[in-house]
Amino acid sequence: MADHRLKPITQLGGDTPRKDSFPGLTISERTDTALASLSARQGKPAQFQATAKAFFGFDLPGAGRVATGGVYTAIWTGQDQWFIEAPFASHEDIAPILKKGFGDTASITEQTDGWGGFDLQGQGCITTLEILCNLDLGKMAADSASRTVIEHLGCILICRETGQHYTVYGGRSSAASLHHALVTAARSAL
Amino acid sequence: MSQKNRLSGGLLNRAKPLNFTFDGASYQGYEGDTLASALLANGVRLMGRSFKYHRPRGPISSGSEEPNAIVELRTGARQEPNTRATIAELFEGLSAKSQNHVGSLKFDFLAINDRLSSFFAAGFYYKTFMWPKAFWEKLYEPMIRRAAGLGSLSMQDDPDHYDKGFLHCDLLVIGAGPAGLAAALTAGRSGARVILADEDFTPGGRLNAETFTLGDASGADWARAAIAELTSLPNVRILTRTVVIGAFDHGIYGALERVSDHIATPASGKPRQILWRIYSQRAVLAAGATERPIAFKNNDRPGVMLAGAMRAYANRWAATPGQTVAVFTNNDDGLRTASDLLAKGVKVAAVIDSRADGPAFTGAEHLRGAVVTDAKGRLGLSSIKVKLASGETRQIATEALGVSGGWNPNVHLTCHQRGLPVWNAELAAFVPGTLPVGMVVAGAANGQLSTAGALASGAAAAGQALEGLGLTVKSADLPQAEDAPIRVTPLWYVPHKGRAWLDQQNDVTVKDVKLAHQEGFRSVEHLKRYTTMGMATDQGKTSNISGLAVMAEMTGKSIPETGTTIYRPPYTPVPIAAFAGRSAGADFRPKRLTPSHKWAAEQGAVFVEVGMWMRAQWLPKAGETHWRQSVDREVLATRGSVGICDVTTLGKIDVQGPDAAEFLNRIYCNPFGKLPVGKVRYGLMLREDGMAMDDGTTARLAEDHFVTTTTTANAVGVYRHMEFCRQCLWPDLDVQIISTTEAWAQFSVAGPNARNLLQKIVDPEHDISNEAFPYMGCGEITVCGGFRARLFRISFSGELAYEIAVPTRYGDGLVRAMMEAGREFNAVVYGTEALGVMRIEKGHAAGNELNGTTSALNLGMGGMVNKKKDSIGSTLSEREGMNQAEALNLVGFQPVDPSKSLLGGMHFINQGAEANARNDQGYMTSVAFSPSLGHSIGLGYLKNGAARKGETLRAVNPLAGEEVMVKVVSAHFVDPEGERLRG
Repeated sequence: MADHRLKPITQLGGDTPRKDSFPGLTISERTDTALASLSARQGKPAQFQATAKAFFGFDLPGAGRVATGGVYTAIWTGQDQWFIEAPFASHEDIAPILKKGFGDTASITEQTDGWGGFDLQGQGCITTLEILCNLDLGKMAADSASRTVIEHLGCILICRETGQHYTVYGGRSSAASLHHALVTAARSAL
Repeated sequence: MSQKNRLSGGLLNRAKPLNFTFDGASYQGYEGDTLASALLANGVRLMGRSFKYHRPRGPISSGSEEPNAIVELRTGARQEPNTRATIAELFEGLSAKSQNHVGSLKFDFLAINDRLSSFFAAGFYYKTFMWPKAFWEKLYEPMIRRAAGLGSLSMQDDPDHYDKGFLHCDLLVIGAGPAGLAAALTAGRSGARVILADEDFTPGGRLNAETFTLGDASGADWARAAIAELTSLPNVRILTRTVVIGAFDHGIYGALERVSDHIATPASGKPRQILWRIYSQRAVLAAGATERPIAFKNNDRPGVMLAGAMRAYANRWAATPGQTVAVFTNNDDGLRTASDLLAKGVKVAAVIDSRADGPAFTGAEHLRGAVVTDAKGRLGLSSIKVKLASGETRQIATEALGVSGGWNPNVHLTCHQRGLPVWNAELAAFVPGTLPVGMVVAGAANGQLSTAGALASGAAAAGQALEGLGLTVKSADLPQAEDAPIRVTPLWYVPHKGRAWLDQQNDVTVKDVKLAHQEGFRSVEHLKRYTTMGMATDQGKTSNISGLAVMAEMTGKSIPETGTTIYRPPYTPVPIAAFAGRSAGADFRPKRLTPSHKWAAEQGAVFVEVGMWMRAQWLPKAGETHWRQSVDREVLATRGSVGICDVTTLGKIDVQGPDAAEFLNRIYCNPFGKLPVGKVRYGLMLREDGMAMDDGTTARLAEDHFVTTTTTANAVGVYRHMEFCRQCLWPDLDVQIISTTEAWAQFSVAGPNARNLLQKIVDPEHDISNEAFPYMGCGEITVCGGFRARLFRISFSGELAYEIAVPTRYGDGLVRAMMEAGREFNAVVYGTEALGVMRIEKGHAAGNELNGTTSALNLGMGGMVNKKKDSIGSTLSEREGMNQAEALNLVGFQPVDPSKSLLGGMHFINQGAEANARNDQGYMTSVAFSPSLGHSIGLGYLKNGAARKGETLRAVNPLAGEEVMVKVVSAHFVDPEGERLRG
């Protein structure tokens, strides 16, 4: 068999993550994160919660919240549903890793390449994001997350540090449009 | 020209002179000027022509209520018609033009309309130009529209961009006059999150236009200090040049910020304007009041203006409309204009006070109990005619006349949710009535017209709003301020035979209102529409109340009984560009790119929009000049060897849980319970009404794990439907679903060499021989030396075919690897056109057939609706009307003459029958030229079609008069027995 090793490309089609800088803000393509959805199955809530605590080392966060510990970050995405972030390098095949821990208490689906993520860092985050989405950013605490719409695209916005660091996840296929919206807004606002 | 009417003082930066042009002539003004104030300072009173009669007009106001001084700003692509000179901030190099005239502003040929005014009374277009009837649309209407133009468009694309944004606050304060500033200070000091929005570029409202003091400071200085304090508070955001345009549900307000209108060209990347959506917990409306004119004959002469505006021009902008002025008032406030102008050294020829018993005024001749009955000076006021209390008349020479008929609170935003204002007899004005939830009104907008009243009510309103939010209020430290009582004796118009203007922008006179009444229009809403009063871009801010006062007089009713028309957003005009925001041109909507997009673009693919997806439609090779050449080649190469197509756009839904199979059993009309692990099954999904909804394949990866695919178009709709079923219909089922459409790059590999190609890609430990991996098999495999992948043996083209999926980031690499591996087989990548041709050749239904009006029976899949189980739509698919012998069946068609082509949408008519709806036998849904067969083919629905194979019919297109004889054939043009896909 010929050697046909597959070279990955980023959501923007590049070989390396793109980074755009503005006064007070950088927008970076997030490519080093593996993602999976974790949904609790019915009938075993206590076992599920206990498994989660044992596996992650922290309780799964409640509505609108994000919890982090070790290599994992859990983001609440709906009732009994979370997105789990982990380093891509160690967790590329994330679903079986979680499945091993959760067994039949949860349904787990790989989401890594379903999303194109961008990190916004710097003091210009809020003035940029306020011309993009209708969330009350001033009241968004660190380690909180919300679904929102940016330029017609359904997104998840995560506040890592109030006013300083946010992650936007949008559908990977429309990452170029989302990126265009982010940089246009940054240019406009900063 | 020198600034001959420039006064001393004012809030101008005289160290920064600004050069500008108006109608080609050069002038100079100062930073802080508006276009109107600078023109007045330069002795220019004539700034435009009226809408209907083309009467010469000058500004009557100093704010956004302006009906007359409407101009075109800038040149080239940035030219903007219908802007108000009274709020256009002067900048270096500003180029402005007057509008709505043929010839020059001074000699407008269309001023003939004024001579013919008797033909143009209210509703003239309903009465004249009626004959001949055909001329109305082609001749009269275009002619009238041209004559009544409102400026011209550049016809070039707007080079600027516009943003939309979202803000949140505890308290939105609308207006930064004394009431708004007091409210913002109260709330800001109390720690609330405050947004203070003001349409002006210098906050302060009337404080900048008046001479009285607040404490020890001038009004302007106090306002400046208040703004400085508010700016220092981190919880307060001040939006200047921002007009709040509407009050919407749930405390949401719209606001337009004119970010770059005051500079020649927006800075690179910066928006011209931002349309904000403000989410407020509470709002204080401190929008002030608008002065109203008194109508008299020829009251539209350039130089006749509102008294408060004349005062504002003198005090704030150090400009006077004339060296000699006069004042006509029915209230005490008008007298202030005379004293302020006198203090500025302007000669006041007379003060005409309609009240015989008003307070005495010294400093100029005070004609009490007198009224102005006429004005002279076509291009600019030269004199007024005054009827004295004694009944005598006097002609008084003056270049300008300040008119005050009292003040109308700006209640507009209080009415945006159908609240009606209430009449206040003391003010002779409407004040706010029922308010939108969360709104409190303060200051002049609420009828508190004194400065002290405005300050106190602003602070109180903020206090009330904050207490409602449970916040502790720190009392504001308010300065001493004037607290003069309101003394007004209503006077709406001075009766006379001539024309006295009410709505100057739409040229509506007192006579027009009387005529409307005479012709039976009694309701103010009818009056408005018949006369067009208040329907211009100023929305009648200076005319509506006076108009309905005249109407009230006609009907013998009181003003409150007559009522007002409805106030609607936006408060002032908003450019459509601002509503569009960034969604313009190529950015109108986002695009979705497939994993192989980069590769396809490199190959020169022609892309087509499929929803938001950009899919390769065909990939032309060198020498191909027509799309059919490319498509035919792709089809033949695939059927002859192997072709690859990016099918990532099909929806993929991961279905997991112990009840996943049961869930799918209920969603699909055919059963899934016994689908073995490692197998794929085609599924048909019905709507509740029994009609076909969507179709696709479902693969079972584990006992409790399925991957369902949907059509590209219905991916979102099907997911939403499944989520609804899961959450609302069967919450007891233990099933979890999530979309994985974008997580996997999926390619169809089809053709006799599909397996040979894939065997070079799939790692050798995975046996994909026909025996080990038969038709409708599926499995998780690895490719290219260990990369995770999924393989499904399914076929849309009818060929031996697979769909192979890898995590999306590897999709680009996979297509390159497959093309490399397929070189020996002359592999091609085919686009959506070839995909469509092949599925029509195979007789597979797609969106054209699953069009929302067809059932499983129509599709020839009636037998799939399993009656041993219940599923959505199964019962209603048994409805009698859907199961008649005459039901439409999906069949194939080919032209009797192979050289003829077919057209989608053609209807079938029996030979010899007339082509009409009664004889309709069905319709063509999909057509293609089949390169495999060498002629056109089609799919379509035909009544009892399954039993009519071999019949010849007429396919007609009555719209274009086309007709083709077609033969009814099997829908499966290629490999009807399905041997290839199982091979």
